[in-house]
Amino acid sequence: MNRNSLAILVIDENRIRASIIEAGLRETGHTNVTVVDDITGVARTIAEINPDVIVISLENPNRDVLENMFQLSRAVKRPIAMFVDRSDRASIEAAVEAGVSAYIVDGLRQERVKPILEMAISRFNAFSRLSRELEEARSELENRKLVERAKGILMKSRGLSEEQAYALLRKTAMNQNRKIADIAQSLVTAAGLLGPGEDA
Amino acid sequence: MSERHQITAGFMPLLDSALLVAAREKGFAEAEGIDLLLVRETSWANIRDRLAVGHFQVAHMLAPMPLACNLGLTPLASRTIAPLALGLGGNAVTVANALWAEMKAHGARPDLDPARAGRALKAVVAERARSELAPLCFAVVHPHSGHNYELRYWLAACGIDPDRDIEIVILPPPLMADALAAGNIDGYCVGEPWNTAAVTQGSGHIATVKAAIWRGSPEKVLGAQAQWAESNPEALRALLRALYRAGIWCADAANHEELAALLASPAYIGRPAEWMMPALSGDIRVSGATVTPVDEFFVPLAKAATFPWKSHALWLYTQMVRWGQVRHDRTNERIARETYRPDIYRAALEPLGVALPGANAKVEGALRLATPVGSAGASLILGPDGFFDGGLFDPDRIDDYIDAQSSPRRDH
Repeated sequence: MNRNSLAILVIDENRIRASIIEAGLRETGHTNVTVVDDITGVARTIAEINPDVIVISLENPNRDVLENMFQLSRAVKRPIAMFVDRSDRASIEAAVEAGVSAYIVDGLRQERVKPILEMAISRFNAFSRLSRELEEARSELENRKLVERAKGILMKSRGLSEEQAYALLRKTAMNQNRKIADIAQSLVTAAGLLGPGEDA
Repeated sequence: MSERHQITAGFMPLLDSALLVAAREKGFAEAEGIDLLLVRETSWANIRDRLAVGHFQVAHMLAPMPLACNLGLTPLASRTIAPLALGLGGNAVTVANALWAEMKAHGARPDLDPARAGRALKAVVAERARSELAPLCFAVVHPHSGHNYELRYWLAACGIDPDRDIEIVILPPPLMADALAAGNIDGYCVGEPWNTAAVTQGSGHIATVKAAIWRGSPEKVLGAQAQWAESNPEALRALLRALYRAGIWCADAANHEELAALLASPAYIGRPAEWMMPALSGDIRVSGATVTPVDEFFVPLAKAATFPWKSHALWLYTQMVRWGQVRHDRTNERIARETYRPDIYRAALEPLGVALPGANAKVEGALRLATPVGSAGASLILGPDGFFDGGLFDPDRIDDYIDAQSSPRRDH
């Protein structure tokens, strides 16, 4: 039996991440990969493809549903255990840290499954890093827009220059030990409440 | 406070996370020198796993979960103890409007009476069987949950075989009301506010409540990772005191609106505050505008509601045996008994001079009336704690109780 014959089921509501995992598995020579993004009907999928390994994200609210299926003999043909080896604490920790969990058919040799789990962990981590960077970039952009609007409000209501407006925001932030964006947010909100004038 | 403790607790978005939320938000944890971080989770499996790898030291847990962990019934588990209960009761059984209409035709009324609702349901089940319709499908949150066991207890006591006459599936609490509305399930047993959710959305009718099936029954506990608890006894005791004081605050009706607002916030349950009020007030909106008052629907403090009774652990264990989840033997019984830790509870709360039960176990279902009991410190009232079918569970006669229960099918 070559390792390509392992049947792998990936359950992830996040389709982008699921395809990243799938690509990773295919790159490492696993061709028998099934990806589902919805738990509905997964019992039938499991019965059909009889997976050796099931990978599911920890943020999926249906993990309890899935684990219950493993306990029902009619849903799965073979007993399924979690992770490669309960004694392999480091792997388990790494997986939980990364936000992924894997269920393995009992009796499968550790060296056959471990690379799959390691790949899933690294892809999950890469995906979170990307999401975080994207989120940071997005909030950075939001913050910049907020500061621009706050400056506009100050320039208009207090007759300040752009530089003076920015200096005032910066000084207030320092005095209050807050971020400039937070001060800008408060100012924009307050201006909106105190109404008309500034188009918030 | 000499030493500060960092404690991270996992919780699920359910009303009975109230003690943990109040302990953090109302400063009871802070007053005990605890930086209590609460992390909302999406599944009980995550709570179990993150407790096992040490992300959480403690967690909001289904009362049978620590038993399941210690009995080796779960894919990954660390030794877990239950040193405190997070209140009593709090669940209900909700059915789809269509099923309620059928039950009503067979005598069900909006009085939440489990015997009457059960008779009606049995008639519906029989009728469907005669018409060769698919069996009704009910959802619970987890196989090792009070919900699963009380639903099954109620059904079995009403002559419905939960394994043969209906289907029971697992669903996460926040998805229940939608699944009911979509017609994927016919009913479910879940904690609040997820029954009120279906009633508010107009898709379901509350048929009965946990407090009527078994009044004053165990629901959630504080699960603590045993190794952490052993190495950090001071931190654990401080947390138990904080949670007890949070219980006092949660029990005061004057605080219910504030508690409802806290629980409603996006960091916790993230649903409207009005959804929290029925469970807190006991005025249960069973459908549309029909409100049925329930005594002790959810009990956060009174009646020793935070005491981890060994008889509760053992009853839950008898249900695991009954439904074929675990084999009954002396070792397993001992594991179940030793999972709940009233000794730690007593040691933590003794300095507060609060009412503590004199015993670690009691005969469940024996008290027909509220009864003052011998207790250390102050006066304590227990009960009523009856099972709706008059059942009694004597933890000293566990073999008899298990023998007398209807057994799971063994034909597969």
